[in-house]
Amino acid sequence: MIDLESLLNPEVASIPPSGIRKFFDIAAEMKDAISLGVGEPDFVTPWHIREAGIYSLEKGHTYYTSNSGLKELREEISLYQKRRFSLSYDPEQEILVTVGGSEAIDLMIRSVVAPGDEVLIPEPSFVCYSPCTKLAGGVAVPLITKEEDDFRLTAEALRAAITDKTKLLIMPFPNNPTGAVMPRESLLEIAEVLRDTNVLVLSDEIYGELTYTGKHVSIAEIEGMRERTVVVGGFSKAFAMTGWRLGFACGPAPLLSMMRKVHQYAIMCAPTVSQYAAVEAMRHGDDDIEMMKKEYNYRRRVIVDGFRKMGLSCFEPGGAFYAFPSIKKTGMKSMEFAEKLLNEEKIAVVPGDAFGASGEGFIRCSYAYSIDNINEALERIGRFVKKYI
Amino acid sequence: MSEILSILEKGITSPEQIAVMLDMDEKAVEAEIKKYKEEKIVLGSKTLIDWEKAGINKVTAFIELKVTPQHGEGFDKIAERIYQYENVKTLWLMSGGFDIGLIIEGKTMKEVALFVAERLAPMDQILSTATHFVLRTYKDSGIVFNKKAIDERGFVTL
Repeated sequence: MIDLESLLNPEVASIPPSGIRKFFDIAAEMKDAISLGVGEPDFVTPWHIREAGIYSLEKGHTYYTSNSGLKELREEISLYQKRRFSLSYDPEQEILVTVGGSEAIDLMIRSVVAPGDEVLIPEPSFVCYSPCTKLAGGVAVPLITKEEDDFRLTAEALRAAITDKTKLLIMPFPNNPTGAVMPRESLLEIAEVLRDTNVLVLSDEIYGELTYTGKHVSIAEIEGMRERTVVVGGFSKAFAMTGWRLGFACGPAPLLSMMRKVHQYAIMCAPTVSQYAAVEAMRHGDDDIEMMKKEYNYRRRVIVDGFRKMGLSCFEPGGAFYAFPSIKKTGMKSMEFAEKLLNEEKIAVVPGDAFGASGEGFIRCSYAYSIDNINEALERIGRFVKKYI
Repeated sequence: MSEILSILEKGITSPEQIAVMLDMDEKAVEAEIKKYKEEKIVLGSKTLIDWEKAGINKVTAFIELKVTPQHGEGFDKIAERIYQYENVKTLWLMSGGFDIGLIIEGKTMKEVALFVAERLAPMDQILSTATHFVLRTYKDSGIVFNKKAIDERGFVTL
């Protein structure tokens, strides 16, 4: 019999499967459990956007688009980036439509990271950066962000981590799972450190629209940073379009042309129906963003207030849709807390260490749920926490 | 503050909850709500019920009226005469092909039809009526009827 194990790419085989998969499976089986574990909006895609997708199918727009994406869509993305974030990109050379923000992240890492290159990844953060780095032969270097710094990346931490091998810095803000945002003054400090280096920046701004404490600022907007930065954005979070799998990358032409090449051979083009729907989202979706953002903001305040009232320290998230309370007071590890909470009160949350070792002592609670749901969950978590602190 | 009104309209009425949602002082929210009620900006609240599903027969009709406005009174006087009836649930002055639109509820079609024939049609100012019976409610006050809210999202995702 063929020994498949021996035939696997050792790089891929060495990447551990998500350690909390088992926990997720147990959670999903549990009846009547309330989940605060989901990393996507609870809103369905606004109807006018869905309808645009349907119309595109009716009209028979069922072919590949150009590798870079529909010209119409790239032009709209260019206008959108200008309108919403004061960023200027040429739709011809500097914008690529991808299969979700995830593909754009992978493309950027694969396009610039050579074996042995170091990639600086603030932590806790979304789980894809480190495996993508490894698959590209790079070395993932975590940059621990701390609650006392509002989970922001500090200039000191960055400076201390840069070596001759540093190729790329990931900027995952607004951050999943902490909800941290980088205001302009923090970005200026980071830019100061980067300015005299050859370090490139991948700014994952998928949650950029969901910023509640001031306006989202892209690092590409800071003087001297545009030339080294690829901004990743997408439709999933801002327009509640996760299942459409559509994102984009914006950056200097030489970087984008490399990414386009990888994209062309690996993917061909993003789904056509999604691209037509996205054109509608860009043209007429700004009000939808505001409506959803307002709703998330209400929930954000309710959940943070709830955790604080039960005696847990909870950092005030400035963006995304997650609260990241500390559960250290209970004396439990994150996984233990999550398992017990699920068993005793039937509430699913994500242990903080799923987002890197520095997430230990925290849990991620999504507030992409109705207020009623959040209130019920808070009541149960409160009852649970009371037993242990 | 119009945001309080928008939240009240969603059916969230606890000042404590609203205060948290808006990052406001609870006492201030309470005072605002009190003021809105006094000024009749907040008029009341209702629960939306799918009577059909509850197995209770109710007949709803939309009635168009063409009327002659009265000198010096416009449409107000006639509107007032009509909305005093308990079974008139909603009444609007309209632009377009007719003047007054109203929604009537009754137990049977006959009851509604007789109300139009016996109460409305004979009024001097009413020139004509057209009665449209509601056959099915798909959506009312922003809420879709007969749709189960199923969360299709994965239970836990990163």
